[in-house]
Amino acid sequence: MTATDTTDTTLRTVTLNVNGQTLHQQVEPRTLLAYALRDAGLKGTHVGCDTSSCGCCVVLLDGDTPAKSCTMFAVQAEGHQITTVEGLGGPGNLHPLQQAFWDQHGLQCGYCTPGMLMTAKAMLEHNPDPTDQEVREFLSGNLCRCTGYNNIVKAVQQAARVMRDEAQAQALAGMVPGTDPSTGTAGGGAQ
Amino acid sequence: MSIETDATNNAGPQTLTMGKGMKRKEDPRFLTGNGNYVDDMRLPGMLYMAIVHSPYPHANIKGIDKAAALAVPGVKAVITGEDLVAASLAWLPTFHGFDKQMVLAVGKVLFQHQEVAAVFAETREAARDAAELVDVDYEPLDPVISPFDSMKDEVILRDDREDKTNHIYHWDSGDRDGTQAALDDSEVVVTERIYAPRCHPAPLEPCGCVAQFDAMGRLHFWVTSQAPHVYRTAISLVTGIPEDKIRVISPDIGGGFGNKVPVYPGYVCAIVGALILKTPVKWIETRTENLTTTGFARDYHMDVTIGAKKDGTVTALKVKTVADHGAFDAAADPSKYPAGMFGVVTGSYQFPVAFAELDAYFTNKAPGGVAYRCSFRVTEASYAIERGMDILAQKLTMDPAELRRKNFVRKDQFPYDSALGFTYDSGDYEGTMDKALNQIGYAELRREQAEKRARGEYMGIGISTFTEVVGAGPSKHFDILGIKMFDSAEIRIHPTGTGIIRTGTKSQGQGHETTWAQIVAEELGLDPQNLLVEEGDTDTAPYGLGTYASRSTPVAGAALALAARRVREKARKVAAHLLEAAAEDIEWVDHKFQVMGAPSRSVTMKEVAFAAYTNPGEGNEPGLEASLYYDPPNMTFPHGAYIAVVDVDAETGEVKVRRFLAIDDCGTVINPMIVEGQVHGGLTEGFAIAFMQEIPYDEQGNNMAPNFMEYLIPTSVEAPVWETGSTVTPSPHHPIGAKGVGESPNVGSPAAFVNAVMDALAPLGVTHIDMPLTREKVWRAIRDAQAAAASD
Ligand code: FES
Ligand code: FES
Repeated sequence: MTATDTTDTTLRTVTLNVNGQTLHQQVEPRTLLAYALRDAGLKGTHVGCDTSSCGCCVVLLDGDTPAKSCTMFAVQAEGHQITTVEGLGGPGNLHPLQQAFWDQHGLQCGYCTPGMLMTAKAMLEHNPDPTDQEVREFLSGNLCRCTGYNNIVKAVQQAARVMRDEAQAQALAGMVPGTDPSTGTAGGGAQ
Repeated sequence: MSIETDATNNAGPQTLTMGKGMKRKEDPRFLTGNGNYVDDMRLPGMLYMAIVHSPYPHANIKGIDKAAALAVPGVKAVITGEDLVAASLAWLPTFHGFDKQMVLAVGKVLFQHQEVAAVFAETREAARDAAELVDVDYEPLDPVISPFDSMKDEVILRDDREDKTNHIYHWDSGDRDGTQAALDDSEVVVTERIYAPRCHPAPLEPCGCVAQFDAMGRLHFWVTSQAPHVYRTAISLVTGIPEDKIRVISPDIGGGFGNKVPVYPGYVCAIVGALILKTPVKWIETRTENLTTTGFARDYHMDVTIGAKKDGTVTALKVKTVADHGAFDAAADPSKYPAGMFGVVTGSYQFPVAFAELDAYFTNKAPGGVAYRCSFRVTEASYAIERGMDILAQKLTMDPAELRRKNFVRKDQFPYDSALGFTYDSGDYEGTMDKALNQIGYAELRREQAEKRARGEYMGIGISTFTEVVGAGPSKHFDILGIKMFDSAEIRIHPTGTGIIRTGTKSQGQGHETTWAQIVAEELGLDPQNLLVEEGDTDTAPYGLGTYASRSTPVAGAALALAARRVREKARKVAAHLLEAAAEDIEWVDHKFQVMGAPSRSVTMKEVAFAAYTNPGEGNEPGLEASLYYDPPNMTFPHGAYIAVVDVDAETGEVKVRRFLAIDDCGTVINPMIVEGQVHGGLTEGFAIAFMQEIPYDEQGNNMAPNFMEYLIPTSVEAPVWETGSTVTPSPHHPIGAKGVGESPNVGSPAAFVNAVMDALAPLGVTHIDMPLTREKVWRAIRDAQAAAASD
């Protein structure tokens, strides 16, 4: 029996590493990752289609690979570091992408938003300074019915700028001995 | 329009909020995965429901064998149409009132994918496995797919009805004989069959529900509904459960666009399941179920005839429509308006006489006829007239902008009584068009086009100067299931000057949590950040007809402003007490109360709010709240001027939208950032309708676009860059002058796109191609035109 036997309904426990935490989830071999995550209470990952078309369900694998979690079995995700929108930032500490979508009115109903954010995050990991056209191409697996994408492109560009500035500030701070490059604050280790 | 979001909006009180691009209060929830959609509901013991669908568009049901399905581990029950007949729950009323709809097929299936049985199981997977195993014995019948076949009545599709005909109803408006006489006398007459294709709103979140009966037998029903109160009443009428024993909750809704207005069979089945199994039931549509069974839109075949003088002055308009309503007449129009607001088909123009008529027919297709991001058939009407005007311009070899200018209702003619009986509230059609022409550089574009034509290149410029009619509606005319189409608002101000606002509407992404707070903040001088907006729970929200047809701002927005003024009147008395003056001597200036002639003696609303609970004054009613039901005196008539610029590749049929400018006039703007966002979204849907989207059926009755592989949603790569702008002509009868905007871009843009492509192909003599303008259709039209020219 392989992991993709869709007739096997025997429950088994998968161990998923999600947002830095370990989850033990009871699943059938055919249970899709999207549902395993949602059943674990991570409701930010949405499902909007049955044909891998919409991207509402995108999560990150190992930090920088966007994956449609509706097109992957939960059992296949074992051994990967999974990041969902909940791992990006919370209401009190928004990630620059979340902040930029808010600033630029890059969302309306919010249903596509988690998937959009995760795909955009993956893109900026690979290309911190994209052109508008590159943003549009990278996001083309994520549908949005509400915004018409113009403000989403603006939001991703705002976030890219902020993240580049942050990276530069960190790099500069790292040149000063005794500074913790990961936080940019002097006296590393004090926290 | 460039939007500067207000940098101060998260810092401290901000009294003058109206017209500012305040960031949305609801967003942090959505951005962090804390939205609360129906599918996020999880209740102990909850079962999952799956539906069995018919593979045939027309068939007798000889029998249904549930045994194999019931044997699947975890399956609790399977119900069929016969079971529902026994419980008197087999049929649903439709909002129209002309028809009823089967919940689960009884005796016969009438469209492909029709709901035949419902399965309840412990897991969603088990429910779907079992649905596959429900064994239905079908006897296929010949389907009737075209309304032009159906009108012959050779096969009667609905033998359950008294009238043995496929004709559902006839509607007409205007002066039939006068129009014909005027057309006969016209120097120029153009006529064209224009089809508004069957398409689907396809919000990204599919429809769904969770039904639960509590220990006391009260139904709690979470559902993707644009109109929760209407659902409560409808559920009570269908099931016989007393209305006070029903609580309908619309939590966060992932887009609606009209799809989430009707009550669907799946909802009834889930309630039945929860009732008989005594445990909560969840049903979430698959995308295929969404596209094949719930709420399609349009499907109007319109014969448009316009008469004119040689100088372009229009003399008469006649539109004859055949409407395909599918297997049941489930169209979501107000009862007295079977063709919705189609009478707005005279558009922005002074037609001295007009006549519109429509006949609706049953076919073996999915039922629906929802207002896909439009106010009940306004998109069809707007498309017909804006396309028709361009066909006339082409015939007269007149510039389409000049033809429009010649015929516009003038600014000084409002309120304007149209030939088909609407009273347009206000507008400045010429001013708005001129702004658009200037902003896009129209004259320059026409020069460029002439140069390109000389080189054999196909560039087109398309104009649409549409008028919408929204905000249903005055109770004299408008009701759904008999319920008048008012809306409501309730405002409670707390002692500390914060508050809660509730309305009978339901946001599906429109940003009510922000704009409603802005309206009240403006009226009361309070901080919008501290005015909580709550909608969608029938236990707490006042009764309202919901959010669709761009009615929230015209109706509920007005209710809110007036309720806030009631609160202010109450507060004035408390202010008078605090300022030791007579209430008549207290005026409201700069968002605070002051003694007339003594501006230094003033109190803020926040101070008054505290006093209303702690020291209201002798004879004054304590507390500070108001509720109000608003019956609008008229509809509102937003308008706009849209211009599309396209290049057509004659070799491949590919259309490139090079520029698109939308100038919208939606009256007073509450939040320009949200208005612009609504316009972007609506234009993208209009683009999709013009170029990509259709739910076609083949001759055997197969639905050919049952998923997102076939039913195309524009991605970020296809979606054009939108240019926007505005003019402001306030509505004279709305308390803050607002008209509503969400649907204008969808109503106005399809004609602009199609007009642009036809303008590009005009040198070939092509006058019309039906949407969607796919590459193949455009390429074929070019090839046929070239072949015809060569054989001449
Ligand atoms: S749910 Fe649509 S792509 Fe995953
Ligand atoms: S915000 Fe609604 S689908 Fe993107």
